Amino acid sequence: MNDSQESAEENQRIFAILEREASRPGPLLPVLHAIQNQLGFIPEYAVPIVAQALNLSRAEVHGVISFYHLFRTSPPGKRTLYICRAEACQSMGARALESHAKQSLGVSFHGTTQDGRYSLEPIYCLGNCACSPSVMIDKTVHGKVTPERLDELLAEESGPEHGKA
Amino acid sequence: MNSLQRNQGQSMARHSTVRVFVPGDTTARSMGADAVAEEITRLAVKPKGSVEVIRNGSRGLYWLEPLVEVEREGERFAYGPIEPSDVSGLFAADFLNSNDHPKALGSTESIPYLAAQSRLTFCRVGITEPLSLEDYQKYGGYKGLEKAVGMAGDEIISTVTESGLRGRGGAAFPTGIKWKTVLETSAEQKYITCNADEGDSGTFADRMIMESDPFVLIEGMTIAGLAVGATQGYIYLRAEYPLAIEIMTKAIAIAYSAGYLGKNVTGSSKIFHLEVREAAGAYICGEETAMLESLEGKRGQIRFRPPLPAVKGLFGAPTVVNNVITLASVPIILAKGADYYKNYGSGRSRGTLTVQLSGNIERAGLVEIAFGQPLGQFLEEFGGDTATGRPIRAVQAGGPLGAYLHPSQFKTPLDYEAFAEIGAMIGHGGLVVFDDSTDMGEQARFAMEFCAIESCGKCTPCRIGSVRGVEVIDRIRNGENEHMNLELLRDLCDTMIEGSLCALGGMAPFPVISVLDHFSEDMRARDPKRT
Ligand SMILES: Cc1cc2nc3c(=O)[nH]c(=O)nc-3n(C[C@H](O)[C@H](O)[C@H](O)COP(=O)(O)O)c2cc1C
Ligand code: SF4
Ligand code: FES
Repeated sequence: MNDSQESAEENQRIFAILEREASRPGPLLPVLHAIQNQLGFIPEYAVPIVAQALNLSRAEVHGVISFYHLFRTSPPGKRTLYICRAEACQSMGARALESHAKQSLGVSFHGTTQDGRYSLEPIYCLGNCACSPSVMIDKTVHGKVTPERLDELLAEESGPEHGKA
Repeated sequence: MNSLQRNQGQSMARHSTVRVFVPGDTTARSMGADAVAEEITRLAVKPKGSVEVIRNGSRGLYWLEPLVEVEREGERFAYGPIEPSDVSGLFAADFLNSNDHPKALGSTESIPYLAAQSRLTFCRVGITEPLSLEDYQKYGGYKGLEKAVGMAGDEIISTVTESGLRGRGGAAFPTGIKWKTVLETSAEQKYITCNADEGDSGTFADRMIMESDPFVLIEGMTIAGLAVGATQGYIYLRAEYPLAIEIMTKAIAIAYSAGYLGKNVTGSSKIFHLEVREAAGAYICGEETAMLESLEGKRGQIRFRPPLPAVKGLFGAPTVVNNVITLASVPIILAKGADYYKNYGSGRSRGTLTVQLSGNIERAGLVEIAFGQPLGQFLEEFGGDTATGRPIRAVQAGGPLGAYLHPSQFKTPLDYEAFAEIGAMIGHGGLVVFDDSTDMGEQARFAMEFCAIESCGKCTPCRIGSVRGVEVIDRIRNGENEHMNLELLRDLCDTMIEGSLCALGGMAPFPVISVLDHFSEDMRARDPKRT
């Protein structure tokens, strides 16, 4: 496939999302979510298309993407590990869990492991505070996570048997 | 997971089916409830009577999750916490018919933690299957709306005002008064917006309502719409809650097809539309004007006030902004009357408070009680010891902008005014417990760090002050010019409190000041021996 064909297809996906979402009032966040859900991140090439369709400047679209912590502009790893850094989790050892995760994965926050299996992100409360400390792997929350348990989870979730998710 | 639900019941004779409940909310699942439900379904094939596994909401007795319940002659009996490996033992002990198992807790309703509560807003939570409209109606749902469709807008609002209901999102503003402003502002389009951003750490009541009793929020918003004359509602829902988003979205679809939403609400010819909008992880978007900006598709920056959102809110139209718990409390107020609700509570704090107890505590969970119980007594009665078994050092009340309370302050009653008097706040009702191994200086530093991460950047005291706050605390803790820097930190806190445009910068200093005032031994050069 040559480059222009590929980019035409990429653009097509953004147009399809816009067609679905753009008629809502205040459509920008739903559009950005839909793009990220489908592609895993919001690629640079989407910005001018979205801007034009919604009658915004590119700077405005960039401004919104950069404002919100959960929008990302680079491809994530195969899975994303979110570690809760907020107070209830702190009271039950979240700081140690965070150091452990960084060490185990060999990355800091916002980083992706070299093998591309995991991205590591901070998060500030999953509403799972009664069973802290908590982490979320993609969309699955885990409670009372010790460093050992985290290692198990990371091994499990990335193992080949996890075909079902 | 869907195949688990109602796995066998249909084909078997109804009367021989035993109903077993395994909660399906985020926290129960985070503790392995899905695997427990699967195991029960798998092993239930062998005995003769058939078992119907129901994924109910959580009762909020979170230290017991996964909490399995069996229904016998209309009464439910609890077992917990159950791990998948316990399930074969449950069957061996014939748990479908007898209570003879080491993890048996007896009748669920008699568990003291639950028996001592006054569950009004949470009356169905954990009992029903969240997406069953039939369950919802069977347990009193839509009684409030039934009354409201026959009432004039100002009548509905008087009922809410008389109940004494105040906003549960943090600011505790009287709900009826807010609604009245929206009613009295004439406009072609008005909106009901539900603030489901639940950003405070240590809080999960909104999540529980949305995951365990979603129709009550839909009903509350519909009543609000009828009251003020709004035909469109939005639920601004935290992206960190994927399950709540999924359940809420499904519940809305069910309500539409049953005629509870849409162009002809319950045949009344009144219109109310509702939609979930996913947030994107910015704490400041829990502040109501930032939330409106975000709903409009902008950066979540604070708006100057006036105008109030009630006058000029979403897309410039008069808009109700209320927290999930506020709106979810409206149906029972309409159904049972203002007095019923008002009779709970103390002073100007009427009705019930949904306390969310978490952190380093033995029995963490959701406790809905009348306002007024002293904090210390509450912690003893419901929480028990710390999870680590060490003494309590501090309790942070009201989220990341709330003060750390010292045990000497634990006699304060859980009441908005009483908390305000000691420089603390109830906020959204979160209580986070810390044991005596906690480095309170580190907690103070985090308050400033969090403010720096989440500042919307609109005003300098917050944007710059919080970054400076982290630096100054680091210097104090490194033993650099301790005395001078402590003074500087106090000044900085004052500047932020006085000069910030909203409560993020204006209140982030409160936890810091509480550490300076009550835990000063931790706000000095760190002992190099302690890590
Ligand atoms: C920084 C900040 C964060 C807030 N976060 C929330 C929140 O997550 N949920 C909420 O309901 N209210 C939050 N509030 C309070 C809202 O501004 C507003 O008072 C509330 O949504 C009104 O609803 P209520 O009257 O029902 O409480 C926050 C306020 C501030 C200043
Ligand atoms: S105090 Fe902070 S969050 Fe609030 S308006 Fe100012 S910069 Fe924005
Ligand atoms: S503080 Fe970590 S889940 Fe709430």
